[in-house]
Amino acid sequence: MNTDADHLHEDHKTGIMRWITTTNHKDIGTLYLFLSLTMFFVGGAMALIIRAELFQPGLQLVNPDFFNQMTTMHALIMIFGALMPALVGLANWQIPLMIGAPDMALPRLNNWSFWILPFALGMLGSTLFFEGGAPAAGWTLYPPLVLQGGDALPYAIFSIHLLGLSSILGAINIIATILNMRAPGMTLMKMPMFVWTWLITAFLLIAVMPVLAGAVTMLLTDRFFGTSFFTASGGGDPVMFQHIFWFFGHPEVYILILPAFGVISTIIPTFSRKKLFGYDSMVYATASIALLSFIVWAHHMFTVGMPLAGEIFFMMTTMLIAVPTGVKVFNWIATMWKGSMTFETPMLFSLAFIVLFTIGGFSGLMMAITPVDFQYHDTYFIVAHFHYVLVPGSVFAVIAAVYFWLPKWTGKMYDETLGKTHFWLTTIFVNITFFPQHFVGLAGMPRRIPDYAVQFTDFNAISTIGSFGFGIAQILFLYILYKTLKQDVTADNKVWEGAEGLEWTLPSPPPYHSFEEPPKVE
Amino acid sequence: MSSSNNNYYLPHGTKWPFLSSVSLLILFLGLSSFLNGSPSGMTIMFTGLALLLIMVYGWFSTVIQESESGVYNLQVDVSFRWGMVWFIFSEVMFFSAFFGSLYYARELSLPWLGGDGYKTATNLVLWPQFENVWPSNGPLNVGGDFTFMKASGIPALNTLILLTSGLTVTYAHHGLKEQNRKKLINGLILTILLGFTFVAFQAYEYIHAYSELNLKLTTGIYGSTFFMLTGFHGFHVTLGAIMLTVILLRCIKGHFSGDNHFGFEAVAWYWHFVDVVWLGLFVFVYWL
Repeated sequence: MNTDADHLHEDHKTGIMRWITTTNHKDIGTLYLFLSLTMFFVGGAMALIIRAELFQPGLQLVNPDFFNQMTTMHALIMIFGALMPALVGLANWQIPLMIGAPDMALPRLNNWSFWILPFALGMLGSTLFFEGGAPAAGWTLYPPLVLQGGDALPYAIFSIHLLGLSSILGAINIIATILNMRAPGMTLMKMPMFVWTWLITAFLLIAVMPVLAGAVTMLLTDRFFGTSFFTASGGGDPVMFQHIFWFFGHPEVYILILPAFGVISTIIPTFSRKKLFGYDSMVYATASIALLSFIVWAHHMFTVGMPLAGEIFFMMTTMLIAVPTGVKVFNWIATMWKGSMTFETPMLFSLAFIVLFTIGGFSGLMMAITPVDFQYHDTYFIVAHFHYVLVPGSVFAVIAAVYFWLPKWTGKMYDETLGKTHFWLTTIFVNITFFPQHFVGLAGMPRRIPDYAVQFTDFNAISTIGSFGFGIAQILFLYILYKTLKQDVTADNKVWEGAEGLEWTLPSPPPYHSFEEPPKVE
Repeated sequence: MSSSNNNYYLPHGTKWPFLSSVSLLILFLGLSSFLNGSPSGMTIMFTGLALLLIMVYGWFSTVIQESESGVYNLQVDVSFRWGMVWFIFSEVMFFSAFFGSLYYARELSLPWLGGDGYKTATNLVLWPQFENVWPSNGPLNVGGDFTFMKASGIPALNTLILLTSGLTVTYAHHGLKEQNRKKLINGLILTILLGFTFVAFQAYEYIHAYSELNLKLTTGIYGSTFFMLTGFHGFHVTLGAIMLTVILLRCIKGHFSGDNHFGFEAVAWYWHFVDVVWLGLFVFVYWL
């Protein structure tokens, strides 16, 4: 068949065909990350349209229907186009490197899970140009409102099917890789935390993405084939959709944050020059969060009219999540305790993650309290909450991961001064953007409305200024990436002094097939 | 264009996934525009479907050729197994969404429409005549009066057929492990025949429901859940039977050995999975 000599002169194609036909985990990881970066700016532009409209009360720039399309598409694109591909891209790059494998377990499938995405996102995005515009009922697609939209609905639904298919295939691949491709000696409890968090995330993906597919399929048949799943006159219930959707939706938010936890659990020990405090408890905490995520979904719908027993059950289970999450936060802090810390850009982003994610966690805890949530529901408070856990949470972790591993991936070191400038601009503006939203939310400003009462003007104006500052800061990020990639290869194998793990035993950049021979793990 | 050394097998360069993404896009664009009333939608959809089938054929041919030429080692085999296991798990969760909607309708939404618990006002104000009796097509009698599908008769027979097919596929598996090709091929043929018989009975049941029972997809929540669950299951049985047919053709060609036959096992797992789902359907859709 083939000999080892083939490895030395890989005949992978060049140009565009290399990227279309690649089965290499690094190529595919790169594709994922570039797609994610592109979508981050597309979704970001939509957010800026929303913020620009909300700069002042009254209707200035866009009509209300287009505003609704923007809120809907911003969420769908950021979740399915920017964050999830970024995390899968990190998994693609890092998991084989971290477990001592040459590639992912199912390389062709890996190519497929990526290449579904641009087409699915293209189909979703194209609805913006349709008569009647893109879906405008919010990313949660609640019936009956979503069924009353224009021609966009089937395209949006099928693109969600495709995005789900991509996630499921990617997750299957990740699980198979982790369970089957670890280097000899790497037992499950010796795996790096990032690998652990992705193992659990992949399980969540396989468990809930099909449920979303089922839910949107029922939307489709309700609209086009006369079924009555979400129609009370036929014996169904629109609230049923909400239950099924959030059975997907709540694990989904942990899909977005657990790999971020993994990144933080990698970076904090590196720059504290200590081992991660409480590794075992981190693993169990991650698993507990994942399991709890299946029994908390209805806290998204406290105001919908559930029986009291349901309200109390979902309030209690939701609050329970604070326990394993607290374990994680305290472990990160304990890791830093008496460490010899330095503050390079990835560490700065990770530290900001801990502080700001915890703020988001606390506001989540506030809304877990059912009677209180009746006040906050569908106000800007919830917008502030989930942006605090997703932007200075997940997005910061992805940016930190890119700064942290980019020298490994490319052999090129980014400019530390520019990196720190990027960090401070981003962190300051993210707070200017989202912190005032807590106040207007508590004061009763509803979300997803293009206009608001005049007493909310000041905070909204501040928020809008912050959002544009945040957007400009990300253009600096683009420049930093560009500048880094233009340099020569200079990085050592072990880029960071305190770094531990198999990926640092390889040259920077690592060879095309990361580990030709499985390394031995003691 | 594949490389393997003692430790790993790595395929290189493949056009199939990209082509399958393109064909999926064409398929769904066509289906969407068809649903929106465009006359050319169907043509576009079937073009996409045809491309997809060509792709599936090409992709599987490549993998089968590689497998037969012996480049796959034990590690690849285990990766495939994990892949199939988790794929089937995802299918289980897909069905659970529809089972969930059946549960919700029967245990929550219909009782509430009937004024159960604290929802008295819902019944009194909105649907004063409605009484919650399953099977129901809702307070507005959506789709008109209908007769529900009884568990006895064809559904019971179909249960027997699928359970038997689970036995025959295991019989074939034993034949494969004992290198008894006659046993293997007979077992497979029997399984496939039982599978297609099941589908035929199901089709007959649908015709019966539409023409005589006035039971349709549009028959309120009962019709919706009935046809959604049995329809998706029937689709999976059809898919499983086609997969079994491919395996049969491969067995006739002499593929698989007694200790190396992941393809066979994967399809057999899938077949057992549709079998188990059917048991759930029989109990919750037809019987209770």
